[in-house]
Amino acid sequence: MSGIAPSGPVAALNAAAAAFVARYQATKTTLPGDSHVRAEAAIMLASNGLPGPREEAWRYTSLRPFAETAFISAARIDAPAALLARIPAIAGPRLVFVDGHFHSELSGVPKGIHVTTGKPALGRITRPADEKLVALNTMLSEDGAAIHVPAGLDAGTLVLVSIGTGHSVGFHPRHAIILESGAKLTLLDIAIGDGEYLHNPVLTAEIASGATLTHLRIQDEGAGAFHLSTTYSEIAEAATYDSFALTLGARLARMEVHAHLAGEKAAAHLNAAQLLGGSQHADFTTVVRHNAPNTASRQTVKNVLTGKSRGVFQGKIDVARIAQKTDGYQMNQALLLSRDAEMDSKPQLQIYADDVKCSHGATVGALDANQLFYLRSRGVPEAEARAMLVRAFLSEALDPITHDEARAAMEAAISAWWEHSA
Amino acid sequence: MLQIKGLMAEIDGKTILNGIDLIVPKGEVHAIMGPNGSGKSTLSYVLSGREGYEVTGGTATFDGHDLLSIEPEERAARGLFLAFQYPVELPGVNNANFLRTALNAQRRARGEAELDAVQFLKLARAQAKLLSMPDDMLKRNVNVGFSGGEKKRNEVLQMAVLRPKLAILDETDSGLDIDALKIVADGVNALRGPDFSAVVITHYQRLLDHIVPDRVHVLSQGRIIKSGGPELAHALEAGGYASVILEAA
Repeated sequence: MSGIAPSGPVAALNAAAAAFVARYQATKTTLPGDSHVRAEAAIMLASNGLPGPREEAWRYTSLRPFAETAFISAARIDAPAALLARIPAIAGPRLVFVDGHFHSELSGVPKGIHVTTGKPALGRITRPADEKLVALNTMLSEDGAAIHVPAGLDAGTLVLVSIGTGHSVGFHPRHAIILESGAKLTLLDIAIGDGEYLHNPVLTAEIASGATLTHLRIQDEGAGAFHLSTTYSEIAEAATYDSFALTLGARLARMEVHAHLAGEKAAAHLNAAQLLGGSQHADFTTVVRHNAPNTASRQTVKNVLTGKSRGVFQGKIDVARIAQKTDGYQMNQALLLSRDAEMDSKPQLQIYADDVKCSHGATVGALDANQLFYLRSRGVPEAEARAMLVRAFLSEALDPITHDEARAAMEAAISAWWEHSA
Repeated sequence: MLQIKGLMAEIDGKTILNGIDLIVPKGEVHAIMGPNGSGKSTLSYVLSGREGYEVTGGTATFDGHDLLSIEPEERAARGLFLAFQYPVELPGVNNANFLRTALNAQRRARGEAELDAVQFLKLARAQAKLLSMPDDMLKRNVNVGFSGGEKKRNEVLQMAVLRPKLAILDETDSGLDIDALKIVADGVNALRGPDFSAVVITHYQRLLDHIVPDRVHVLSQGRIIKSGGPELAHALEAGGYASVILEAA
């Protein structure tokens, strides 16, 4: 035996991947769902490992702190009342998961739509072969919701809640949504928790022609949590995936959102706001594939960073040769409220069609001294003036939210964040 | 109302105000005229408390209280208002909300009851109408997409709603056509009375045809070099600043 132990981030990531695979090997006979798919994912993870610093898509986000934590399997336990009380009061049926396990006693069955739980909902849309965190999810996922909305039905609002209770548990919920043609659903996707844990959810959404999925997310995980989520949407002709994601919590977060505009006149809105403080790190990464003519994508991503926090935005827009008349817009803006905060922004446009309209922009700055003085000269105290300007900065990303209760929940979460951070 | 004695100020180590003496009694409107670079805008910023200006000498009191030691928002709550030469755009801030927040912040600071949305809108709409402003200007973002004239009218609207004891109008006439100038002047004149004082800073005499001042002061190189009645403005228009500056030298 050599006396030199391997070290460095790659070794730590390899060791973490090996530990996850070992956990799979030890528990695989008890895991529900398709064992074949799981086994394939385990082989993939064993050979490819976890995303590392040498990968272009992970240049700004290091999983090393995550690799250095040993996560254990999550047992089925009741959620503490204090966490249940943090679920925003929003009318509509709820699906509540605690440490990745579905809790029917906390949940309500929506009318007209079909929901199955108790095993991972793998969905059926094709995904890229190189996904590593999704392989981890596939290998270890124990539960999830398969949500099916029949053609033409406006299913209203469904609240999907994930509660993480801490204790270094790792959980990997797997959800799949299918909206048949002309169907409508607003999914309020809320992740809350306390303490240290890993939440690695994967959600796939298949949106058939003329259907609309409105996906509004609040990530307000515990301060020691790791939130690594991946979302795929496949958007058919004249269908819309309309999303907004608010990131407030977790020690290390990455939301990866893939939108595939597969049919003519399909549209995707991938708006987001990341509000970070302390030593938080949050990464919003999007991949939009325009794969049909007359498709549109809109991304307005706002970051407000305090303390020593670090925000990352990576936005890739891929326009296929067939996707003429594509309309793509991407804007990433960061407000740095401290000297030590940092924003990394990477737009990436790959355009193979010749008749398209694609624009992108990125700005990083502090609060505007002229605006601050203007407000104060009118009698608005400095702290209130700063709060007003931060709100104003976020409004462009928040204003497209037409769901009043969701908007109110977002505003309340932002206010609480500001009280705590300002 | 406003008493300035020997006021000196600099920015980035460069002296701009070089010993200003000025008294504006209650109920009076004074004009400050002067060539570009004489220190007119600096005076307005120093009085309203903008950061970046260092007061190196002298005093300024407002209603008997030291003005220079308090924050801009406190100066506003005590009744000081600056109409900006270049009103600032606030994207994402609704004009009505902005004005209501400002009014209620001032009222709170003075220990007065705040206005609710209905009371406020009634007041703001009435004032907007007097200034020939369409109602939708209250719904738009503050100064965003406003024409030059609309921005200046919006400043006067804020002044009319906030009801200051002393208003400093910094080149409110710049960029205005004659119709807009008249509307703005009428707005200021409507506030005139025994409890309202104003300092009207301008380069040209034409605004003073509409807002007739009680006193006119000429500012040059950071000092007031000549004071007189409204006729001084006409003399300046006829002879230019050079004649007055030469005469004072």
